[in-house]
Amino acid sequence: MPAPDNNHLRSATISVLVDNESGVLARVIGLFSGRGYNIDSLTVAPVDDARGRSRINVVTSGTEMVIEQIKAQLDRLVPVHRVADLTREGPHVAREMALVKVVGTGDGRVEALRIAETFRARVVDTTIESFVFELTGATEKLDAFIELMRPLGLAEVSRTGVAALARGTRTIGGNVT
Amino acid sequence: MPAETMQSGAEVLLRALKDQGVDVVFGYPGGAVLPIYDAIFNQNAIRHILVRHEQAAVHAAEGYARSTGKVGVVLVTSGPGATNAVTGLLDALMDSIPVVCLTGQVPTHLIGNDAFQEADTTGITRPATKHNYLVKRSDDLARVVHEAFYIARSGRPGPVVIDLPKDILIGKAPYVAPVATHRSYRPRTEPDPAQIGQAVALLKGAKRPVIYTGGGVVNAGPAAAAALTRFVRMTGFPCTSTLMGLGAFPASDPQFLGMLGMHGTFEANLAMHGADVLLAVGARFDDRVTGRLAAFCPGAKKIHIDIDPSSINKTVPVDVAIIGDAGRAIAELTAAWEADAATPDRAALAEWWRQIDAWRAKQCLRFTQDMAPGAIIKPQYAIRRLHELTRAQSKDTFITTEVGQHQMWAAQHFGFEKPNRWMTSGGLGTMGYGLPAAMGVQLAHPDALVIDIAGEASILMNIQEMGTLAQYRLPVKVFILNNQYMGMIRQWQELLHGSRYSESYSNALPDFVGLAESFHATGLRAENVGQLDGVIERMLASDRAVIADIAVDPAENCFPMIPSGAAHNEMILGPEHEDEARGITDEGLVLV
Repeated sequence: MPAPDNNHLRSATISVLVDNESGVLARVIGLFSGRGYNIDSLTVAPVDDARGRSRINVVTSGTEMVIEQIKAQLDRLVPVHRVADLTREGPHVAREMALVKVVGTGDGRVEALRIAETFRARVVDTTIESFVFELTGATEKLDAFIELMRPLGLAEVSRTGVAALARGTRTIGGNVT
Repeated sequence: MPAETMQSGAEVLLRALKDQGVDVVFGYPGGAVLPIYDAIFNQNAIRHILVRHEQAAVHAAEGYARSTGKVGVVLVTSGPGATNAVTGLLDALMDSIPVVCLTGQVPTHLIGNDAFQEADTTGITRPATKHNYLVKRSDDLARVVHEAFYIARSGRPGPVVIDLPKDILIGKAPYVAPVATHRSYRPRTEPDPAQIGQAVALLKGAKRPVIYTGGGVVNAGPAAAAALTRFVRMTGFPCTSTLMGLGAFPASDPQFLGMLGMHGTFEANLAMHGADVLLAVGARFDDRVTGRLAAFCPGAKKIHIDIDPSSINKTVPVDVAIIGDAGRAIAELTAAWEADAATPDRAALAEWWRQIDAWRAKQCLRFTQDMAPGAIIKPQYAIRRLHELTRAQSKDTFITTEVGQHQMWAAQHFGFEKPNRWMTSGGLGTMGYGLPAAMGVQLAHPDALVIDIAGEASILMNIQEMGTLAQYRLPVKVFILNNQYMGMIRQWQELLHGSRYSESYSNALPDFVGLAESFHATGLRAENVGQLDGVIERMLASDRAVIADIAVDPAENCFPMIPSGAAHNEMILGPEHEDEARGITDEGLVLV
């Protein structure tokens, strides 16, 4: 096993398949806060009711050595079935959803709506002086949209954090053929 | 199963403990666990030992576990009972000791109501345990108990808490038999043959090899220690050990370099610094061992055997990682070495041993004891005499310690020939560990000689356990190196803080002889070197608990020492060697 590079920071999207039991999210979050690791984004939801499993997706950053340590620490939590480093294990898709509230009237409001169309954001709520846009995409796309809304009356943002899967037939449990 | 034939939760719990082979539980009663105490009252299979403080219950279970290889069991009540146990749990986690701790909890319908003696025990103990459970359904109770024992003892061992609401203990519960599997937890114990092959290739080409062993070898059982000993002798390589690993390889063996690290020997640390191939077995590159990381083993290819993948590449990047049980890995390594008909580079090895012998000739642990009968006792001399006089008697001897200078002197000067005979708080450094740990050892080994080597400050942290010794007639010997200071604090203040002895002097110490007698034990005191052997001999001959208060030189410092922030080759050898303390940087000063 080659020793990991300890000089460069990288981002990692890590998926964790866990038993859906009480306290499991606290274990994962406590591991990150207790050992001083970053959490850039975190999502969790049940994904397999029959087997009682949830999937946690964490976006984190660190040196290669730190990321390997994060994966090893996650893997030794008792209710964890599998840890996948989607960034390292091959191509993957990662998507996030945001609800973005823009308040204003006049030209700014018109501009906001036009930019929303370009981004394929949907209007899910409207009044004569506000919109709530729903936008799905990569984190960078959401960041760009929110930045554009800032001068146009950006009032509030709610984001889900990243959901991610490997591309192709690979799954967190192995290959599906 | 029809409800009438089902037992109460408390009865099911005891049945599960019995099926797990539990014969002793260390505990303290309280409201939330009264149903368990009622069930204990009605049976004889499991013996309950009433401690005087819940922290001591966990340390006693640790002592029991470390001296037997079995899981230690603790029973405490909710709220303060559970929070008092937390230090012990973290101690067991840091030192990888298998413990199952049963905590009472308020009834399920009161959880979250700030009820009397309620604490969020699973929340509080989550970072202090390997795993924990809150049993919310009677159906889960027996399964959870069996899982907890499996998790505590397998893989890298550790403490597991089971939080038991009172209604679960009173209500009927079904029983299920033990199983040794888990749906998600599957520790890897079998090493990868390809990695074993790479390790053999590195080892047989080594010119300056060192084998660095840790507590993982002790945890892997006596067979692992025997396999290690065989491997070291087969290769002819030098072997050093961490504080936790002492005894896995015999201290009297000429291939043993002594302990390494902050208070390790000159020869062990310089061998580490000069090594070209390092084989780490069940050791985790702790900061007390490595010194300044950037200068740690600068020229060595590193092979690391560990059962916990998160120990690999955590602080020190390695070249070959072997994940698995230390005993299995050493056995595979031995088999591969023999199959390969590998031979070490004998010429290079002979040259390496000549270098090591030159380092040894420094006699880094040397001290000068004035032998005039009225002379003050050097603490190192007291440990040496204790070692020699215990060797002269026939009982199996177990040593526990508290934390501080006396602990390091014990590690340096008391030679351990077998594993599981040395119990000390390594990772957490818990003052107050030694006396309750000795209780646990003595319970597991009623005929053995069990000695807590203590300092006068540490011993006061769990001194109430003298009452437990009296109640169960446990003949534990407490050997206090009394220098009237928190010695290691005083030493650091002298070396790093301009001899400003802020709050490290223990004014108004108790009369330990009188204290022993008030707890129905024997109290002895040695004031000078002329009295030392007599006191040790009377202590060893006694069939009762003894406190031997040994007045030692208050100014003595523990050397050699790697100052904080320094590397292995920057050790201070102490006044015997007329070395000057090297300047310690601000960066070093922040490292405790």
